[in-house]
Amino acid sequence: MIVRISGEGQFRLPDSDGERLNELDNRAVSAVEAGDETGFRELWQQMLALVENDGEALAEDELVESDVILPPRDVSFAEAQGEFTGEGLIPD
Amino acid sequence: MPGLAGRMSTVIKSKISRLLDRAEDPGETLDYGYQKQVELLQNVKKGIADVVTSKKRLQMQSQKLEQQVVKLDTQARQALSQNREDLARTALERKSLLQTELQSLDQQVTELEGQQEKLTENEKKLRAKVEGFRTKKEVIKAQYSAAEAQVKISEAANGVGEEMADLGLALQRAEDKTEQMRARAGAVEELEAAGAFDDITQLGGGKDDIDRELAELTSGAQVDDELAKMKAELGSGGGDTPALESGKEGQ
Repeated sequence: MIVRISGEGQFRLPDSDGERLNELDNRAVSAVEAGDETGFRELWQQMLALVENDGEALAEDELVESDVILPPRDVSFAEAQGEFTGEGLIPD
Repeated sequence: MPGLAGRMSTVIKSKISRLLDRAEDPGETLDYGYQKQVELLQNVKKGIADVVTSKKRLQMQSQKLEQQVVKLDTQARQALSQNREDLARTALERKSLLQTELQSLDQQVTELEGQQEKLTENEKKLRAKVEGFRTKKEVIKAQYSAAEAQVKISEAANGVGEEMADLGLALQRAEDKTEQMRARAGAVEELEAAGAFDDITQLGGGKDDIDRELAELTSGAQVDDELAKMKAELGSGGGDTPALESGKEGQ
């Protein structure tokens, strides 16, 4: 799967990471909805770490769409409240 | 709708597919698509230039505030030498407020500089992608049937479109941030303009909005320390007694 970190670029991740990423995302959505900024920050760092550790940056001349677009690394909690809502990465 | 999938990229994607539907000849679509990308790239460049301009304005505001800090320091000394400790204190309080603002402003300008560098870097990346699209479209034109070409074009165009949308978003964030900073710096400047030395005399001991704001923002201890230091400096020229206890010249 292809994941973009907004403002940074695209990464190719094993498809098996999708589930883990989705799980983290669902928990991040819950944290945001509960107004739990600390919890959100922690989960957000885990999501970034997953993409960075497992992902391989795409070459510059590759023109492909992302399956998932993550917000910018320095996303504020207020911005997250606009982004992390609803059903998460993969609607159930 | 997925939580994280950026809304912006959805918008761009639908724009691109509409674009692709318009022309029935894939070759024509490709050329048009490329031309659009080049136009968008120009907009991105302009956007980055705007961020740079805003940053420069912020730096100018910061310089102005620095001049005010120097001025207030001088005024505090003048006030003290004329035995007006109350005025000196007000001036120092204002100075302390401005210094706090200056610090955060300078820090934000530094942050903005980092963002600007990143934007420029990403713009380069995007240019490489657009260039890649140009090469690819020639290959597609030469090698694929019309039906296959449509699919390939969509893929490539959406890839570039997403990159553009992403850079657009980054630009928007940088611009918003700059605007916020400018508004804040402007407010402080106004506050300071209203508190020029002549006006301090008129304010006297009265509590207006500025004073209240000052009281909230400044640490009294810090002002006390500075005041004491200033007194000592002035006193060392004139004798042992602090200048404000008994002025030699009176008012």
